[in-house]
Amino acid sequence: MKKSIFIISFVFFVAFMVMAAIGMRPFGEPTASEMDDYFIENAQRETAANNVVTTIVFDYRGFDTLGEGTVLFTAVVGVVALFREVAK
Amino acid sequence: MIGNFPFVAVVIMLGLGIYSLMFKKNLIKIAIGLTLIESGANLFLIALGYRKGSVAPIYTMAPEGAKMALPTPQALCLTSIVIGVATTALVLSIIMIIYKKYGTLNTDEIRRLRG
Amino acid sequence: MIEEMSRIVRTMTTLIFGFIMVYGFYVIAHGHLSPGGGFQGGAIVASAFALLLVTYGTNQIQNFLSKDLFSLIESTGLVLFNAFGFLGIGATYFYNCVSNSGGVFGSPTVIGINSGNLNTGGTIALMNMAVGLEVLAAFGVIIMTMSAAAEILNKKEKP
Repeated sequence: MKKSIFIISFVFFVAFMVMAAIGMRPFGEPTASEMDDYFIENAQRETAANNVVTTIVFDYRGFDTLGEGTVLFTAVVGVVALFREVAK
Repeated sequence: MIGNFPFVAVVIMLGLGIYSLMFKKNLIKIAIGLTLIESGANLFLIALGYRKGSVAPIYTMAPEGAKMALPTPQALCLTSIVIGVATTALVLSIIMIIYKKYGTLNTDEIRRLRG
Repeated sequence: MIEEMSRIVRTMTTLIFGFIMVYGFYVIAHGHLSPGGGFQGGAIVASAFALLLVTYGTNQIQNFLSKDLFSLIESTGLVLFNAFGFLGIGATYFYNCVSNSGGVFGSPTVIGINSGNLNTGGTIALMNMAVGLEVLAAFGVIIMTMSAAAEILNKKEKP
């Protein structure tokens, strides 16, 4: 009885997502791209680098990279702390 | 429907990941399902930022007169991949500690053994 | 990861291990000109360490790659990343004040399609190296700790 509820809800969920994926906007035509057009036009003049993706990661959105460095450091601290009593 | 095939591929990956998360009893298979869901989300981010007939958004030796793809979803996907690696490392470490304490990897038996 | 592999695998690993590290550092250093950057290059160098660990076994590599040195390099990388953010504190926190001015990494680039000059980039080129150091050390600490713990758990349950 519990297993059949799981199976029915899982089938409903996947069918709903397939309907959403077929009815999305056509692949290859982004609708709102003003911010990215500004980045492609002015990245070379303002930051003097050729790679636009790297300027977005380190210059225009540098705070996200700071948060990601913190998450990676915290994960390493967590792994070392979990295995501290095994090594004794 | 055949033009939207990258989005249907994302739904297939998410469906397989959720199936492996709900119906499997081994702990390692549950961890693999978590990784599949995270990979499906990364693929969805990159598939959203594509223009038809465009090249990579890099100015070094680019071909003449071509449009460029959107660079912002690619930058967000980089952060997401690193966070996925950190999550997987912690999940696998916890699985190792559970195996040391209980001696088995089956979730039904772990719920029954006490101490 | 507990015992070492055959002679063919060991010979090929000693030949190829240096080339993988040089390729990884090349991808880190040219992050502002070609696809790549700090995170991708750090993952490539960390995979060279994983190749060494799988080929030679945990017992021999534990003395060669020490966890304390990796932990020191990772902390240095994160502190350097923060310090390069403070360079342009006159305007805002992550202000790029080294680009388009004279000095190291300061030449302006040609607008449009060009063939790439390494001297450009400003703080982006410096931050690439800091993040590359941090990522390679973080992956090194994770794989060394997990393989050492797996060997201890394996030894305890044998008898």
